[in-house]
Amino acid sequence: MPRRNARVCETCPAHNSTSGLKPSTDSRSVEFVVALAGNPNTGKSTVFNALTGLRQHTGNWPGKTVVRAEGWFAHDNRRYKVVDLPGTYSLLATSLDEEIARDFILFGRPDVTVVVVDANCLERNLNLVLQVLEITDRAVICLNLIDEARRYGLNVDHHRLGRELGVPVVPTAARQGEGIPQLMETISAVANQRIICKPFRSRNVPAAISRAITELTVQIEAAFPGLANARWVALRLLDGDERVREAVRGGELGSLRQQPRTLTTKTEAR
Amino acid sequence: MMGSEKAAPADILATAETLRKEIGHDFYERLTESIYADASRIANRAIIHVEKPTSDWNRTIDRLVTSRTFGFPIMLLMLTLVFWITIAGANIPSEMISKVLLGTIYPQLRNLAVTIGLPWWVRGIVIDGMYLATAWVVSVMLPPMAIFFPLFTLLEDLGYLPRVAFNLDSIFRRVGAHGKQSLTMAMGFGCNAAGIISTRVIDSPRERLIAIITNNFAICNGRWPTQILIATIFIGSLAPAYIGGFLSAMAVVAIAVLGILLTFAVSWMLSRTILKGQVSSFTLELPPYRRPQILRTIYTSIIDRTIFVLYRAVIFAMPAGAAIWLIANIHVGKFTIAEYAINSLNPFGIILGLSGIILLAYVVAIPANEIVIPTILMLSVLVSGMNGVGAGPGVIFQSSQAETAAILRAGGWTLLTAVCLMLFSLIHNPCSTTLYTIHKETGSLKWTAVSALLPVALGFMVTFAVAQTWHLVTGIG
Repeated sequence: MPRRNARVCETCPAHNSTSGLKPSTDSRSVEFVVALAGNPNTGKSTVFNALTGLRQHTGNWPGKTVVRAEGWFAHDNRRYKVVDLPGTYSLLATSLDEEIARDFILFGRPDVTVVVVDANCLERNLNLVLQVLEITDRAVICLNLIDEARRYGLNVDHHRLGRELGVPVVPTAARQGEGIPQLMETISAVANQRIICKPFRSRNVPAAISRAITELTVQIEAAFPGLANARWVALRLLDGDERVREAVRGGELGSLRQQPRTLTTKTEAR
Repeated sequence: MMGSEKAAPADILATAETLRKEIGHDFYERLTESIYADASRIANRAIIHVEKPTSDWNRTIDRLVTSRTFGFPIMLLMLTLVFWITIAGANIPSEMISKVLLGTIYPQLRNLAVTIGLPWWVRGIVIDGMYLATAWVVSVMLPPMAIFFPLFTLLEDLGYLPRVAFNLDSIFRRVGAHGKQSLTMAMGFGCNAAGIISTRVIDSPRERLIAIITNNFAICNGRWPTQILIATIFIGSLAPAYIGGFLSAMAVVAIAVLGILLTFAVSWMLSRTILKGQVSSFTLELPPYRRPQILRTIYTSIIDRTIFVLYRAVIFAMPAGAAIWLIANIHVGKFTIAEYAINSLNPFGIILGLSGIILLAYVVAIPANEIVIPTILMLSVLVSGMNGVGAGPGVIFQSSQAETAAILRAGGWTLLTAVCLMLFSLIHNPCSTTLYTIHKETGSLKWTAVSALLPVALGFMVTFAVAQTWHLVTGIG
């Protein structure tokens, strides 16, 4: 297991270079989409504001009464569009907020999903993180409110957390702007695949369920080759998730190949 | 390729259904448990160093304010404290403002109007109607709002309000409503229209409707000043001055608590009759207590709430002032329109412990609850033919609190009238803005009508019961 995750660290810019910046090979302005998820009360909006500054606008999610905030930032000559998802505790239950957040991570195909986490309540926040990691391969954990944690005598080893989760973890204190440049850099590294994530997938599932999941996953992978999150789709089908069932039935899932748009652009450029 | 993909989905769904039956329906719980176990394990590995937590007082306070024994008493105590500070603090600035707006500026405006030769009816509409109504609203409402809202926002910032929601949650669930209704109700204490919009956080349409219909029982901005003023004049005066303020505060708290009890009762009634169904569960987070940024809180609550509410009150007070002046001055035959309305409403009003004037005032004040008291005063002056206050019929006089009391007493008000008015102010139809919002949110005329008529009917019933009991006990009437 340690070997698997060692790669993540080697590809981490903090590990590789002193500046953390690598010259971009592609000078064209490619727009990446970054989804911002997190529990309520984690300072998600503060992170959103710190990332985008005044370059943002709000509207509603199509057909929904839930506010959708969008903004962007530039890094290394590239534009990153940041979509602030509703604050949720999980992606499992069936509230409107959770549905919106989940649908966007799944069908909106963000290039990177940033999960904002309150360092003071790590355990509770990790529930959402683990669920996000089931859906997507490209995630960055923003370990926020570390200033508050420090004051409470709480110290989170973010390297260790990153190794456990298999995705980069950036400690921030967004209210003070601390860690925001590093967060941007890490988002860019994941978006441009300088960091390859190996997200944690639970092995802690009861045997009977595990067998069912495997059986179904194999079938799904056969039907939709290249699907990034076949296991998650299997989980949702076993839970009787109507929305996912529909996506399978209507073939909407078929369009969710592992390669995101940006990668296709790059390949064409070569 | 296309063919195989098209055939496969049906197979997958079929397999999923079979497997689903095999693994049983506690799948979701078991999966959640496994996620929690992973989260706990990872968190424990990553947290490398926990000093003796300095935030232990956080838990201690939480245990106290959400405890079964002390939770509710502490809540009442906090509410009483907030109202007491508001009542005690608002008196002096209120009189100062009224001296300037009504005592100094008003006569000057009248003199100016006479000097430049404005026709008497233009002068009446603009100065005796619009200006006076506005000035009254400002002088009566600004001071309590400027004290009450920052205090309320401070409680919010401290993190106390989520604890209140936590305390109330179990009751809401027992009456068949959503626990989040405690939050939308708290929002309603600011403004019912905002409270209605905030019910969007409730996903189940059934529970959302319950929250919408009962939101009106949370006393809003527009009604706090009415409650506070009437309590100060009629209830505070029952006791010696040094505990009068406290007694008034207690009376307002009693009305607010009655509103909360009504919310439970009506929610229960609705969920047993026309809105039957399951109660859904949700997660409520108790955020850590954070030191509020006091100056910023005061600034934003004055800008966001006080000025906003005042602006709204003024916008509605001006046309209402003009309207009141007109109905009080346009004669049809022997009487003015207002007199006709008051006389025909009076018998009904008396049965409810109120009066025709009060009922008419509530009709005039449908656009905004804020102007109920100014309207009552204006109409009282007209009907009782009081002279020497203001200038002629239908004019709001230069008012301080003592004069307001004098006018109301001269208009036949008793303690019963005050109690019934406070009750009716709590239990009557929402203002037109709120009704409009309800219609927009529910998209249904039927539910809008229910939201409007249910409280009015209930209000009639409650005031009727109180008035008749009162008469029985005191042997009057």
